[in-house]
Amino acid sequence: MAEISIELRNVTKIFDGDFVAVNNVNLSIEKGEFFSLLGPSGCGKTTILRMISGLEEPTKGEVILNGRVINDLPPNKREVNTVFQNYALFPHLTVFENIAFSLRIKRKSEAEIKKKVMDMIDLMRLNGHENKKPSQLSGGQKQRVAIARALVNEPSVLLLDEPLAALDAKLRQHMLIELDNIHDEVGITFIYVTHDQSEALSISDHLAVMNEGKIIQVGTPVQVYESPANLFVANFIGETNFIQGIVEKVEGNYILLKTEKLGEIWCYRDFEVKIGEKINVSIRPEKLKITIEKPSEEVLKNSFVNVFKGIVSERIYLGTHSNYIVSIDQGYQMKVYRQHIRYLLDENIIDWNDEVYVWWFADDSYLIKD
Amino acid sequence: MDKEFNVLGKRRFSFIMTLLIMIFFYLPIAMLIALSFNSARQGVIWTGFTLKWYSVLFRDDEIWRAFLNTVIIALTSSTVATAIGVLSAIGIYWHNFRLKRYFQALIYTPLIVPDILMGVSMLMFFVSLRIQLGLFTIFIAHVTFSISYVILIVIARLEDFDYSIIEAAQDLGASWYQIFFKIIIPMIKPAIIASFLLSITLSIDDFVITFFVAGPGSTTLPLQIYSMIKFGVSPEINALSTLLIGATFIISIFGLRFRKLIFS
Ligand SMILES: Nc1ncnc2c1ncn2[C@@H]1O[C@H](COP(=O)(O)OP(=O)(O)OP(=O)(O)O)[C@@H](O)[C@H]1O
Ligand SMILES: [Mg+2]
Repeated sequence: MAEISIELRNVTKIFDGDFVAVNNVNLSIEKGEFFSLLGPSGCGKTTILRMISGLEEPTKGEVILNGRVINDLPPNKREVNTVFQNYALFPHLTVFENIAFSLRIKRKSEAEIKKKVMDMIDLMRLNGHENKKPSQLSGGQKQRVAIARALVNEPSVLLLDEPLAALDAKLRQHMLIELDNIHDEVGITFIYVTHDQSEALSISDHLAVMNEGKIIQVGTPVQVYESPANLFVANFIGETNFIQGIVEKVEGNYILLKTEKLGEIWCYRDFEVKIGEKINVSIRPEKLKITIEKPSEEVLKNSFVNVFKGIVSERIYLGTHSNYIVSIDQGYQMKVYRQHIRYLLDENIIDWNDEVYVWWFADDSYLIKD
Repeated sequence: MDKEFNVLGKRRFSFIMTLLIMIFFYLPIAMLIALSFNSARQGVIWTGFTLKWYSVLFRDDEIWRAFLNTVIIALTSSTVATAIGVLSAIGIYWHNFRLKRYFQALIYTPLIVPDILMGVSMLMFFVSLRIQLGLFTIFIAHVTFSISYVILIVIARLEDFDYSIIEAAQDLGASWYQIFFKIIIPMIKPAIIASFLLSITLSIDDFVITFFVAGPGSTTLPLQIYSMIKFGVSPEINALSTLLIGATFIISIFGLRFRKLIFS
């Protein structure tokens, strides 16, 4: 059993007497892991970070750092440092002095300060910018100074509040990889807040999906993506086709679901269900196949395959793949992604208004309780 | 062709306007300065260059006393006003209390209220408290009106900074004491210097309010000029005014340098 770094026990935060920003949250985060808090804007992510750093006091519950309740510890006494959403660099200090700030507060020797700051500058590849003021730096450089300033203090937990939000897509990708490398190098706990699901999926060891102050699901990226706990998670983490139905038949590991939108479909039985039970099924668009020709006999031999005919009502070409919306005969609008592996070579190009088959195996869907 | 003419015309227009404004602003002052070096005792006819009015000035005890009073009041009132103003600005700006908006409005009223009302009300205040009018009451009055300007300037500077900077310092281990001296003060230093210099010039220049709250033996330079002018415009007044203008001008130049810092 790995050691726990940060634990939140029944933590609630109420603003202005009646606004519940964080609602009875329980979390435990292991030492050294990269943990993400993911959720839509205003769901309470920043508030949770601020309660961990001490900038906000929980209304109820306990914040535990390395086995010790730290509710009453002021922020300047906590072994936690934050990379703020807007960087919050000190405008009147140079890059060097910004990074050196916490060491000067601790009255370290000049030699030690110089060594540690220069190590950070090397790690963050900020060489040559030591004497610049924050206003003379690019967004990505400010970002790195903010991380260096927090890391040089050797906290046991680093909190990052949407640190990449202000950067453009390309730089964001780049910084994400750097962040991952830095995490591997320093080996401390990272708690990373984001509302970008792809960031969270790509970098985290574990992530928590939040909504309206509550934690909806905690798990590894694969668990959260492949087995979403409810409709909210399924929708928030990537796109999905979400269909409601009643269990009509159970056959071994499979069930036949009677749905209003698509008629009867076969689904994998991810958990125990009873006949007559109302249940939901999520089918990820990238798991659907879309073809002009009827699926081969071999496919159709499988008794747990679902095949529908429809017309492409919308197509968005995205280079690596296309997103389709297919109007199924029964009227359901189905989202389908198609990878372009041999586009313009021998791939059959499917376009708007084409008549197509959309099909998937029962194993490709995931059941969600109502 | 036409277009070129247009551009030229525009340029000429703005040049002429600038010139007119400059003349409008500075001609009276230029005349006053010129006349202070004119050897004629009366009139505006140039009769030759002289420094004698300045030497008369420097031998006048009353003027020396007024000068000393002005300097004492200017330095003390601006120091105190800056200290109080800076602390209040920080408090008002970063402390959330419910009546903040009204309080802020109250702070700025001295900027809007006519000087004469300020002067009269302060006079009544001091008299009703039986405070002897003199240097002390002038000092209090100058501190009062300077504070508003200090707060205004410092808050303008604070608006450029996000509160998260303070939180970042806290997060990095700084105590409130360290945050105050290592972050807030250096961050607003230009505003502190600018408001100190502005307070000095306001104090040196103030006539109306000072007039009401001054007592016997606490004459400042503007009051001195006023009392001298009752006996007619004299070259000594011109000389004194020139010196006063020179002093405020030099201080404002310093202030301008810091104004640039504030807005950059
Ligand atoms: N000091 C405060 N006073 C009152 N309400 C607040 C305060 N701070 C945050 N809130 C409210 O609490 C809720 C959660 O805010 P929080 O900043 O934690 O959201 P978030 O998940 O970080 O959102 P975002 O992704 O937009 O940054 C919001 O509805 C916000 O309006
Ligand atoms: Mg936030």
